[in-house]
Amino acid sequence: MTEPLAKPNRKNPLSRTNQPLLPPSARSRKAHGLTLAACVGRFMLQCCGECGRYTYPVREACPNCLSSNLRFMDAATGGTLISETQIEASGDPYYRGHMPWRTGLVRLDCGPSAVVHLHGECGGPGSSLRLSLQLDRAGQAVFFAHPISETPNMEDDPQWRELTADPKDRRVLITDGRSLVAVALARALGKAGAARIFVGVADGWKPFDERQALEAIEGVELVDLDLTSERSVQELAMDIGARVEILVNTADHVRPAHLFEAGAANSAREAMDHTVMGLMRLAQAFGPVMRSRGADGAAGAVAWVNVLSVHGLSSMPQFGVHSAAHAACQSLSQWLRSELRQGGVRVINAFTGPLDTEWFQTVPPPKVAPRMLADAVVDGLRRGLEDIYVGDVARDIEARLFDNPKAVEREAGQ
Amino acid sequence: MSGDILGSLAAALAGGSIKVVDLTHTLSPDFPVIVMPPELGQSAPFRMERISRYDAGGPAWYWNNLSFGEHTGTHFDAPVHWYTGRNLPLNSVDTLPPADMVAPACVIDCTQQTSKDADFLLTVANVTAWEEEYGRIPARSWVLLRTNWSKKSGAAYANLQSDGAHTPGPDAEVMRFLVEERGIIGFGTETIGTDAGQAGHFSPPYPAHHYLHGAGRYGLQCLTNLDQLPATGALILAAPLKIQNGSGSPLRVLALVQERSTG
Repeated sequence: MTEPLAKPNRKNPLSRTNQPLLPPSARSRKAHGLTLAACVGRFMLQCCGECGRYTYPVREACPNCLSSNLRFMDAATGGTLISETQIEASGDPYYRGHMPWRTGLVRLDCGPSAVVHLHGECGGPGSSLRLSLQLDRAGQAVFFAHPISETPNMEDDPQWRELTADPKDRRVLITDGRSLVAVALARALGKAGAARIFVGVADGWKPFDERQALEAIEGVELVDLDLTSERSVQELAMDIGARVEILVNTADHVRPAHLFEAGAANSAREAMDHTVMGLMRLAQAFGPVMRSRGADGAAGAVAWVNVLSVHGLSSMPQFGVHSAAHAACQSLSQWLRSELRQGGVRVINAFTGPLDTEWFQTVPPPKVAPRMLADAVVDGLRRGLEDIYVGDVARDIEARLFDNPKAVEREAGQ
Repeated sequence: MSGDILGSLAAALAGGSIKVVDLTHTLSPDFPVIVMPPELGQSAPFRMERISRYDAGGPAWYWNNLSFGEHTGTHFDAPVHWYTGRNLPLNSVDTLPPADMVAPACVIDCTQQTSKDADFLLTVANVTAWEEEYGRIPARSWVLLRTNWSKKSGAAYANLQSDGAHTPGPDAEVMRFLVEERGIIGFGTETIGTDAGQAGHFSPPYPAHHYLHGAGRYGLQCLTNLDQLPATGALILAAPLKIQNGSGSPLRVLALVQERSTG
């Protein structure tokens, strides 16, 4: 049985905070096929288009038939452990801080063998395993082997926890409590074991219906946070910046506007101020402290989640301003990701289709219920994903963008 | 003669027999602004972003960029703000006659009523009762409605309920009366608007805006320190920013108040 995670002790103020270090991150360009799969939680390996055999490590040509027609395809996740090693000493600074470390050689059911990180509950050589591709602290894909069946507290395995962003015992900040997804998110994160859930509320003088629902959730603490105010964001970071291990940015500002309409510029400016500039202000205030706490004990800073519209990836003309704002947020999130990666803090983008809220009343179903989004975010944190697509619309757009982005653009809004 | 008056004024200011009262709230990001239904255009709240503070952005100096709507914080409403004043001459803050920026004030104390009733409405009867005590409201003077609302803050100040804001203000008849029969230069309040919180339901809707601006008169709102003004005799200095075609602006409102003579 995995040793259950002990509630993290308060830090000794006389001790130096552990500095975040990263595992080796050099990869070939081809190998980012594995990164792509790991980001969305798929298990994909190169497969030969000629002879149909899977291959690993990543190559330029099929070792069986020499064809260069190698494409990343979903593969069976099963495997058998050939041998294992518990590494007790390492010359790598990152792994030195995590000794001992269990690794193994696995024969994958789809053919090739691979060196993998082993969950503590995996049996010895000969045992069957389930594999996944995970993003390590450096943001690079690695293989992780899980036991076939669930074991008690398996999510607390220290090696697994290094590869995920489990909210258990971590403190979370939800940035916009007025967002209709905030209540669902706070509930889901509370259920997932978050130690505390700070929920930002702008304009405390404006009443809102969800206040009571939020206050009723155990562990929730409402805090003043107005993403459109530099001062407000900075002041909150001064108060709780060093106590946020997971930040969930729910900022949004959906308002109807037509491109040619007078006043559309105001709508665009307001939307950009809430979303893009809001994310920028958050990044400036919370980014540095979260990055510096990436290795701060068993519950150090671990993830930054942006709830984004999938229409940021391809515009929806009826919500052009909204689409443009989220496109800018998506670009900004990539910048933020490259900064936070240096501290081993992952940036997760949850791309959602239209939410089932008042601002998308005119949009026909299927729409995303706040609870569905919340569950997807918690699932993404637990599995250590980087890109999450929530709901049928988002998943459909993801698949079609992969296939033909121009078709998505032409068909949008028709 | 005029030199004597200003000289006397300067001496009185220096000697303290005339004091200057600041009727202005601090412009800060937290100060409530008027709220419209969310699908309508909104007034930008006051925001301040740093350019530099003796740092890499400017090693020896501190300064900020500001943004706000014209109707933010303690602010002035020009006639062009309302459709009724849209065709008047000199109806925007940049064309406002400078002489109108200095005018006497009558302060009507309704704090008794507003302490019990957030929806208190000033009526003609209240005004005539006030006039019985202090005399007829002179033409071209400000009428300031004292409610102590400026002593509230945050949610209590905005007092937004599910059916809208509940804050005191004038009823429609008293606005018509003050503008047409007393010829006031403007009407000032301690609340977010010159009109009551529920004034959208009056006939005409928003009567203070309707009558004041339709007659080329002005509004002042989010005033404070009205409790330091006498019922009559204070002189108001209200000079909005000179914004081209501006419908209003935040401003510093000052009152000159002569100390009650003891001798």
